[in-house]
Amino acid sequence: MATHEFPAAAGVGVAASAAASEQPGGRPGGQTALRAWARNRQARIGLGIIAALAAFCYLGPLIYHTNQVTVELNSATLPPGAGHPLGTDGYGYDVLGRLMLGGQSSLELGFAVAIATTVIGTVYGAIAGWAGGIVDTAMMRVIDTLLAVPGLVLLLILVNIFAPNLLMIIALLTALSWLGTARLVRGEVISLRSREYVQAARALGGDSWWIIRTHLVPNAFGVIIVSATFTIADAILTLSALSFLGLGLPPPAADWGTMLTDGLSYLFDGYWWMVYPPAIILIVTVIAFNLIGEAIRDSLDVRLR
Amino acid sequence: MTSYFLRRAAQALVVVIGVMILTFILIHMVPGSAARAVLGVKATSARIAIFNAAYGLNRPLYVQFGDYVDQVLHGNLGDSYMTQQPVLTEIIQRLPADVLLLGVSTVLALLIAIPMGIYQAVRRNRISDHLLDGVSFTLYSMPDFFFAIMLIAIFSVQLRILPPEAPSAQSLTGMLADPRALVLPILTLTLVSVAGFSRYMRAAAIDVLAQDYLRTARATGASERLVLIRHVLRNSILPIVTLVGLSFPGVVSGAVIAEEVFNFQGMGLLFFQAATEHDFPVLLGCTLIIGVATVVGNLAADYAYGILDPRTRYGNA
Repeated sequence: MATHEFPAAAGVGVAASAAASEQPGGRPGGQTALRAWARNRQARIGLGIIAALAAFCYLGPLIYHTNQVTVELNSATLPPGAGHPLGTDGYGYDVLGRLMLGGQSSLELGFAVAIATTVIGTVYGAIAGWAGGIVDTAMMRVIDTLLAVPGLVLLLILVNIFAPNLLMIIALLTALSWLGTARLVRGEVISLRSREYVQAARALGGDSWWIIRTHLVPNAFGVIIVSATFTIADAILTLSALSFLGLGLPPPAADWGTMLTDGLSYLFDGYWWMVYPPAIILIVTVIAFNLIGEAIRDSLDVRLR
Repeated sequence: MTSYFLRRAAQALVVVIGVMILTFILIHMVPGSAARAVLGVKATSARIAIFNAAYGLNRPLYVQFGDYVDQVLHGNLGDSYMTQQPVLTEIIQRLPADVLLLGVSTVLALLIAIPMGIYQAVRRNRISDHLLDGVSFTLYSMPDFFFAIMLIAIFSVQLRILPPEAPSAQSLTGMLADPRALVLPILTLTLVSVAGFSRYMRAAAIDVLAQDYLRTARATGASERLVLIRHVLRNSILPIVTLVGLSFPGVVSGAVIAEEVFNFQGMGLLFFQAATEHDFPVLLGCTLIIGVATVVGNLAADYAYGILDPRTRYGNA
């Protein structure tokens, strides 16, 4: 899972994607990146999937009522059939209903980590990039240090020190994911800082805060959004890895990673309905967020249009 | 050139010190003190005092940090709470297995990803490109553990051609004596890395394909094959050097999962077992070694890049 960390950290605007570049050429000159993105098929597919998943997880339980609280061992491991379209798991929970419930924590965790990461990373990166000099150097060495230790390794230690619950896992994942965002924003601010329009703004007597607010952050916004989208995908995958290692959310809570892990222990007994539904929904979600992220990244990269 | 190398080395040294501070802080974040973690909640205060005195935990923090650095520099990473063995010994026993696992899978991943990325860039937006893109995208979005277990389900359970478990031996010779058992762990890590590398390689090759010097090369009448090898491959392979360095922590995370799935006797498994047993000296010793290895790896990658591409030496690093 953490193998997935590097593209977000390694550089925006490098990877190209098929869908963005296959659009007919000859775009009107003044088209904004946002409009290019909205017209991007890849982005629309990704967004569509996310919207459908959100509806499934949050509206689904309103229509499809299931018991996800009390264990019912006499109806455990039932195959898909009447009453249980996707069967039941080892505790007797309905798999379809549990997918909805588990999706809520997976999505909430992803979004929460992305928002926290974006705020912390943007502020840190903007300060380092704008300040430059020794402040920048010191701030970057802190990031290098934290990046030198693999995320999962640090996470396993921290989960050992702090008891895991949803809020704590969000905090820990944020503590590990803001590094990439901070680096990207810093790089963007450094490159924007020397542009003519920023220098012009300075020459006009604009103070630092005004320039950061009106010129730097809006122009770095694309980079920030791309990294936030990839963060959601990474956070969901990391949570599933933690669940697999037995250090995920504690029992009353449900998440797709835990469902998949529990299901995998029954895989060789032929209980496929406990494995493939959570696996597919988890992978499709991560793919959808990655699709959106790549689409935005491509729409920002003028050379690919 | 020398000044660039020296400056990078100084940076790396700062980061190594940073990693030591980090592990030291983590040691002291252990809830209710290390003594309680080892002796249990029922330990009397007298026993805790004895434990603290024995491990020097009752001295000021800066003294303890100086002592910690001194110990580390003398190769002493403490003893495991569980086995009472020196942590360094335990790590060194398992290191060759990890060098084998990570080394072979990284090399294999590069051998697959580089041609794959260039092929996709050349055949950009054709069916074969979309197909390969879909494969790497899916692999890339899949939890590693699920992927590993699917490989077991296919190759060990369905086809019955490969064992589902890594060699039980800890020594390198013992592992190599059972090469079939190494296939699945290596395959897992390889394919997971291929997904990231090939997407990156494709993008880099697309960038190079748009350059003017390619048009010039073709205009001189160079064959397409020569253009691809001499110009596209050479220029697009550069960023991969840095990428391999940067991806090391990610590969280690993948190794923790793969070693747990296949019961591979490496550092990742040692680390994971230590995590479940709250064996902090082992956890922090592994963290320190992995952190230092990452810093050294990135430094080596940057040096390689500096030698291969003279332009970087003059930019601000």
